[in-house]
Amino acid sequence: MSGFLSFLSSFSTTLTFSITFGTVILFGALGEILSEKGGNLNLGVPGIMYIGAIGSLVGALWFQGATSGMAASLGVLYSILCVLVCLIFAFGMSMLGGLLFAYLTISLRTNQNVTGLTLTIFGTGIANYIGGSLGSVGTVRADVTSDAVKAYITPLVKWLDGLTDKFNLGSLLFRHGFMVYFAIVVAIALWYFLTKTRTGLSLRAVGENTATADAAGININKYKYLSTCVGAGISGLGGCFYVMEYIDGLWETSATIGALGWLAVALVIFATWKPMRCIWGAYLFGLLSWFYFLVPGLFKGSDKIFQMLPYLFTLLVLILVSLRRKPEDQPPGSLGKAYFREER
Amino acid sequence: MAQTNAIELRHITKRFGQKVIANDDISLDLRKGEILALLGENGSGKTTLMNMLGGIYFPDEGQIFVDGEEVTIRSPKDSFRYGIGMIHQHFKLVDVFTAAENIVLGLEGEKGRLDKNSIRRTVREIAERYGFDIDPDQKVYDMSVSQKQTVEIVKVLYRGANTLILDEPTAVLTPQETDKLFAVMRNMKKDGKAIIIITHKLHEVLDVSDRVAVLRKGKYIGDVETATATQQSLTDMMVGRAVALNIDRPKAEKCVDRLIVNNLTVLDKEGVKKLDKVSFTAMGGEILGIAGVAGSGQKELLEAIAGLQPEEEGSEIRYISPEGKEMSLIGMDPLDIINSGILLSFVPEDRFGAGLVGSMPIVDNIKLRTYRDRKGILADRAKAQELADRIVLDLEVVTPNTNVIPIRRLSGGNVQKVLVGREISSSPTVLMTAYAVRGLDINTSYMIYNLLTEQKMKGAAVIYVGEDLDVLLELCDRILVLCGGQVSGIVDAASATKEEIGLLMTQFRREDKA
Repeated sequence: MSGFLSFLSSFSTTLTFSITFGTVILFGALGEILSEKGGNLNLGVPGIMYIGAIGSLVGALWFQGATSGMAASLGVLYSILCVLVCLIFAFGMSMLGGLLFAYLTISLRTNQNVTGLTLTIFGTGIANYIGGSLGSVGTVRADVTSDAVKAYITPLVKWLDGLTDKFNLGSLLFRHGFMVYFAIVVAIALWYFLTKTRTGLSLRAVGENTATADAAGININKYKYLSTCVGAGISGLGGCFYVMEYIDGLWETSATIGALGWLAVALVIFATWKPMRCIWGAYLFGLLSWFYFLVPGLFKGSDKIFQMLPYLFTLLVLILVSLRRKPEDQPPGSLGKAYFREER
Repeated sequence: MAQTNAIELRHITKRFGQKVIANDDISLDLRKGEILALLGENGSGKTTLMNMLGGIYFPDEGQIFVDGEEVTIRSPKDSFRYGIGMIHQHFKLVDVFTAAENIVLGLEGEKGRLDKNSIRRTVREIAERYGFDIDPDQKVYDMSVSQKQTVEIVKVLYRGANTLILDEPTAVLTPQETDKLFAVMRNMKKDGKAIIIITHKLHEVLDVSDRVAVLRKGKYIGDVETATATQQSLTDMMVGRAVALNIDRPKAEKCVDRLIVNNLTVLDKEGVKKLDKVSFTAMGGEILGIAGVAGSGQKELLEAIAGLQPEEEGSEIRYISPEGKEMSLIGMDPLDIINSGILLSFVPEDRFGAGLVGSMPIVDNIKLRTYRDRKGILADRAKAQELADRIVLDLEVVTPNTNVIPIRRLSGGNVQKVLVGREISSSPTVLMTAYAVRGLDINTSYMIYNLLTEQKMKGAAVIYVGEDLDVLLELCDRILVLCGGQVSGIVDAASATKEEIGLLMTQFRREDKA
């Protein structure tokens, strides 16, 4: 009986961790969907998430330096500003990574696979280089950012607590940092953009059949550049969330961001390029990454076999999708191809 | 003039590179509310001329007037702005989108949000007005070719086009679908729209158009009212008089049956008949020419023989070796053909797609064919190098080297020489070539003709698919004419006339005669 109870408690902990990892993956995957819908297969997602992570740390450090001593007088506003600066730095620096990819693959028409993989190596390297030197400067006062997050949503949490206390769901559903909910909002917004707006239709046309979109008078380069850059920005928020929320404003040295970045790429395929499917897919991937927690008697090393579960699921989805041959579940038609306007 | 013309072209000239003049000083009018048929052989410049109205090309010289006012058309968007809508031969549609989504693609609406209901309503209105059969919510990948074409036409009407240009719209349609299209075209004409239709099929020209304009080799020949034209008079305008080329044609001595094709039928991916019960015999020691307008089934015919196209039930392809051994080629792939000892060579239309690997040097491209000659896992480089050197020397291929520079970097003529050289080096008993001289200069062309004639004298059965009727008449011994996937005639090249072949090329046989 007590064994069952301890399982329940570890299950609840696992779910909380799953949602955290799921959110990192979700940001990464949503950004990648936006990029891939425009026909740009950006395999630099892990690198871009690293860039987003270091971007947010640099932003927080700069903000703390620039406003030292003002915290008390600004109160809640100070915390909110700090969070905003983190997000803007993460988003902006990730966009620069996306811009590099866009320039190389769209303007110079380099091979997207090679460029993306190189970007992953580059992003990981530069982030770790800066992150390593941050150690000597001193770590970010993590409580600033995480407190800010909590202060921001406290009223909401209080109201919901009353509602959910009887079901004991509160801690699972509503005690996360605001970015967990923000990721879901981004997913819904992306779904709306892609399926309900003219701009979304044009973007999908660019990714599906670039020549047709070109003939219809759509500015191919503009769409490709913007979707790649904004997509990279969104992916980068995953890295920001990881360092700020999960490891409380420290630089991470376990290469977990990279692993989650690859899971994000896998999730895009798993979700067959659909933002809404990404939401539950991300939490499933999060759960699968922590699944070894629930399996008794594992030692370091043998847990690795369980960590491959998300990839196994992705493989299964790939097989199922190709068996069903439904055109809507296929990758965008022009994905990964450089576009040359037909000349005679 | 009581009424201004919808479109006027004045002295339009378009060149590609230094040598090729696609359109030479062409002046043409399109009246409001008329259907004008634009007629001409392959390469006569019809599509190029229309592409300048569609915003794909820009004329080097000349003026374009729309409704009496001079305009500059630099892009498809400009073309739309002046009310010109072009329906290309290859549809520009996104497969995973619905008809409605394709129709509004690229248009700026008042709102950012897609108002699917109002789009649907407008599409239905257009469909009712002209008699189209279209479901706005159907996905393009679920559509037949004719439905896709309907989407393309509705797309330009939705954008408010007053002038429609249809580039060979009936090439992909069944006779019933063609009748439906023509009914819609007549409705549009009644509504005051001006229409230009490019087609090779003379009976369709006579059926649907009000006036016919004829182009030949980039020049404007003239126009006639359809009411006063006949198939014969149009053919004469289209092909012109024969030109003497003086290609050497020695009489073949010992002609023997080599390849017997019977009732060959081939369907494409969409299930459309590309070849319909084609029967003929190719003989060793002769060149069999194959004529026909582009897309009449030439490609499918050669590929079916080479083992690259699946044949339908009832098709028969038999090969008789010089020793008299007979075997069937049905169901064989290229490797099967090689393994059964048949020396079949194929110079495909698409040099880099099916013939050569563009990024590899000459030697490696030759190895593609010779690597099986040696047993074991190592390829025989020395032998391939030797052959490469011989081809370069004999055929005067201009190249810095044979083993480093990617073959794609050579000029078209040199690439073609390597390909032909490689294919004839195995002393084939059947040699098939598709548009072997396309894009080559005169000297190289003659060199290729001589190589083919040499192979014929060695006893090979040469099949030559070509587009220049003058060349076909002087080079070949017999000419098979394809029209719409059917054999419309096999003539003796020595006695046939250009007019005769021109008529066969465009004489589309109706279903009842087939």
